[in-house]
Amino acid sequence: MTNTGAGVFLEFNDVKKSYDQKSLVVKGFNIQVEQGEFITLLGPSGSGKTTVLMMLAGFESVTSGTISIRGQSINRTAPYKRNIGMVFQNYALFPHMTVAENLGYPLSVRGMSKPDQKARIAEYLDLVELGDFGKRYPGQLSGGQRQRVALARAMIFEPTLILMDEPLGALDKKLREQMQYEITRLHEQLGFTVIYVTHDQAEALSMSDRIAVFNDGIVQQCAPPAELYERPANAFVAEFIGENNFVHGTVERIEDGRAVVSIPGGANIVAEAGEGLEAGARSIVSIRPEKLFIHPNSHSHDNEIAATFVARIYVGDFIRYYFRLADGSEIVVKVLNDLSAPEFGEGESGRLQWLISDSIAFPHSGEMPDVTG
Amino acid sequence: MSDTTAGTLGGKPDRLGKQDARNAAREVRARRVRAFLFVMPLLIFIMFAFVAPIASMLFRSAYNPTVAELVPASLEALADWDGEGSPPEAAQAQFALDMKRLANDRTSGQLAEEINRFLPGTSSVVKSTARELRRTDDAELSANGAALLLEADEEWGDPGIWRALRKAGQTYTSSYYLTALDLEMTRDGTIQQRDTQIYLKLYGKTLWMALIITLLTLILGYPLAFHMAHCSTSRANFLMVFVLLPFWTSLLVRTTSWIALLQTNGVVNSTLISLGVTDDPLELLYTQFSTIIAMTHILLPFMVLPLYSVMRGIDPSYMRAAMSMGSRPIPAFLRIYLPMSLPGLSAGALLVFIISVGYYITPALVGGTDGQMISNIIAFHMQQSNNWELAAALGSLLLVLIIALYWLYDRFVGAGNIKLG
Ligand SMILES: Nc1ncnc2c1ncn2[C@@H]1O[C@H](COP(=O)(O)OP(=O)(O)O)[C@@H](O)[C@H]1O
Ligand SMILES: [Mg+2]
Repeated sequence: MTNTGAGVFLEFNDVKKSYDQKSLVVKGFNIQVEQGEFITLLGPSGSGKTTVLMMLAGFESVTSGTISIRGQSINRTAPYKRNIGMVFQNYALFPHMTVAENLGYPLSVRGMSKPDQKARIAEYLDLVELGDFGKRYPGQLSGGQRQRVALARAMIFEPTLILMDEPLGALDKKLREQMQYEITRLHEQLGFTVIYVTHDQAEALSMSDRIAVFNDGIVQQCAPPAELYERPANAFVAEFIGENNFVHGTVERIEDGRAVVSIPGGANIVAEAGEGLEAGARSIVSIRPEKLFIHPNSHSHDNEIAATFVARIYVGDFIRYYFRLADGSEIVVKVLNDLSAPEFGEGESGRLQWLISDSIAFPHSGEMPDVTG
Repeated sequence: MSDTTAGTLGGKPDRLGKQDARNAAREVRARRVRAFLFVMPLLIFIMFAFVAPIASMLFRSAYNPTVAELVPASLEALADWDGEGSPPEAAQAQFALDMKRLANDRTSGQLAEEINRFLPGTSSVVKSTARELRRTDDAELSANGAALLLEADEEWGDPGIWRALRKAGQTYTSSYYLTALDLEMTRDGTIQQRDTQIYLKLYGKTLWMALIITLLTLILGYPLAFHMAHCSTSRANFLMVFVLLPFWTSLLVRTTSWIALLQTNGVVNSTLISLGVTDDPLELLYTQFSTIIAMTHILLPFMVLPLYSVMRGIDPSYMRAAMSMGSRPIPAFLRIYLPMSLPGLSAGALLVFIISVGYYITPALVGGTDGQMISNIIAFHMQQSNNWELAAALGSLLLVLIIALYWLYDRFVGAGNIKLG
C-alpha cells in the first residue's frame, strides 16, 4: 500500500441511490480511500457496484449523501470536469479510430500539441507493451490487447483516480491472470488510486489493498484480503469469500470470546464468537474445507464430529470429500492429494476434526446469502 | 472414431480416402440442392414479377416494331431515298397502296399515331388520306400514287412527313431516350438540345424534392431514434407503435387526410383564419409544399427504423468514456456518436431518397401541377398519351439514376466502412 499519509483522498459519506424513487439500490455507502490505494468493490451481480462507480464518475446522480475528493464535494461536478479515468467492461474503444487516435483523444480534448501527443502516445503504448499497434483499429486486436489499450487510454491523461468496472470479465482465465498482474504492476509503477469492481473474489483477493464486500446495497465488510478471509465479519462474507462449511446449532454459552454451540446429534463444538452472538440464539459455525481434517491425522484439534461419507471427488492437486451431518446438511473437506488421503466406502462413518481458532460462530440471520455472484 | 484413430496411425491423418471424398462430395451436392429448393419459389416469383417486367421495359424503350410491321414494303422502297426533295414516285405509289390496305384493315389509326409522335399534327393527315384512298382502284394507285396522295392532302408534298414515316419505321430506335433527355436528332444526324426542357427539369426537380424530404426526415427522425434507443425498453416500444402507425394505415387514407388538412377551407386554413394569422386562406394544397410535407410524413419510418436499430447497438459506455476523458457532451457526440451512427444514417437517407425519387401516389393526389415528380409523367405517358415507349425510356433512365446513386452510396459509405472496421 502506497500510504503517503496525506489523509483521505476520496470519501463516500452515507451515499444513497434510488433509480425508481421507491427502493434504494445503494443504502448508505461509506468508505474512505487514501491516495494510491487499490480498493475493490466485490459483490454478487445486482448488488449496486456499478451504480457506485457511475455516481463517482458522474454519470448517475447521487440521491443523498456526499462524494468528496480531497475534502471537496463533487456531487455537482460535471463528469467531464472530474478528471477520472475509466475502464469499461466492454472497453468502449472507439471503433472508428485507430489505437493511437483512441489514446490521443483525451489529450487533444485537453488541447495538447500534436508532437507532445505523439510522444505521450508512444510512451503509453510502450507501457502496455503494444508499441507497434498504434495504427491498428480496435477491431483488429485480440481481447487482451484491447484491454491493454483501454487501460492505457484511461491512464494517459494522468488522472489521479482510475475506475475499472469488471475490466477482465470478458477474458479467459489465462489472460485474466496475466492482466491482473499487468494492472497491479502499472498501479505500483504509476501510483494512481484505483477503484476496481469485480464479482470474482480470486481477482479481488490477489490485487487489492482493501476489499469492500458489497451486498444488497451496503458494505458488509471493508478490510485487507487476508483479514477478510481469516476474520469474516458475518456469515455473508464468510460464505462469499472463498469456500466455507456451515454447521447449524444453538449457542449454549459464551465465555472468553468463545461460543459453545450444541449441534444436532448431541455434540457440542467450540468456536470463536462472531459479533452480535447471544447465548440461547441459533448460530451457524463456519469452518473452511482446508481447515478440516479426517481422523486419523497428525494435526492437533479441539473439535470433533461424526459424519457419514457421501462422495469423493478427485480434483488433481487435492481431493474433495463430501460428508453428511446428523441434521442432513453436507460438509466438504479438502485434503491434499498425497499418501495420507484416506479411502472410504459409501455410507461409512468418519470423524472430522478442527481447531477452535479456525472456526467462527455467527448469529443465524434468517436466510443464507445468495452467492451466485 | 476408431477409423480416425486408424487413419492417424496410418500416417496420412489429413487426406480423405477415395470413398470418403465421394461421400463428402455427395453430401455437399445434396445440401446445395436442398438450399436451391428452398429459394426456388422466390426465384420464380422474382423472375415473373421483377426481372421480366424490367427487361421488357428496357426492351420496349428501344424497340418499336409497329410501323415496320404495318408498312414494310413502303419502308423498303423509301430506304434508298436521300431525304431531300420528294421521295421516288414508286415509293409513294407503294405507300398509297399500303394506305388503302390499312384503311380497309382499320389499322390506319395506329400508323397515324406513330407518325404523329415524330411530327406532331400529322395524325389527321394520315387518317384523312387513308379514308380518301380506301375506295380507289389498285391499278390507279400503283400508276398514279404520288398525285393521288397530293390530291388527298398537300402535306404529302413536304419531305418532312416522309422523313417522319421513315424514322417511325425503324425497329430499333434511340429517339425515345433522346426525347427523355430533352434532346433531338437533327436531319444531318447530330444531337442537339430541344428548345423546351421538360424532362431534365423534372428530373432535377424530383432529385431536389427527394433531397429536401430526406433532410426533413433526418431532422425529425434522428433525435427521435436517439431518444428511443436510449430510453427504457417499455417507452421505446410505446414510441415504436407511433413510428409504425403510418405503416398500419392505408397510404391512400394518409394522403387524403393531408388533403383534408391542407385544402383551401381545410383544418389548417380555418385554424389560421380563426386565429387571425391570415385573412385569406393560404394556397397549401396542390403545391410542391404539400407534396413535400405529405411525403416526409409517409417516409419518416424508413429513416427512423434503420437509425434506431443502429443506435440500439451503440453502448452508452462510448459516450461515457468520451466524457470521462474530459470531452464535453456536444463535441463527444460529434466526434464519437455521430460517426458510429453513420451506417444507420446513410442507410435511412438512401432508403428515403430512393423511395421518394420514384414516388407516385402522393404527388399525384396532393401535388397539383407544381408538385409533380418524374413518376407522374411516366404514368401520364402510360395511361393518357399512350406513349409506352417514352414511358419506358423515362423509367429506364430513372432506374439508371437510382443505380448510379446506389453506386455512389456504396463508394461513399463503403469507404467509410473500411474505417469503421
Ligand atoms: N439505469 C438503471 N435504472 C434502473 N435500475 C437500475 C439501473 N442501473 C442499475 N439498476 C438496478 O440497480 C441494481 C444494482 O445494479 P448495478 O449497480 O448494475 O449492480 P452490479 O454492478 O453490482 O451488478 C440492480 O437491481 C439493477 O437492476
Ligand atoms: Mg455491474
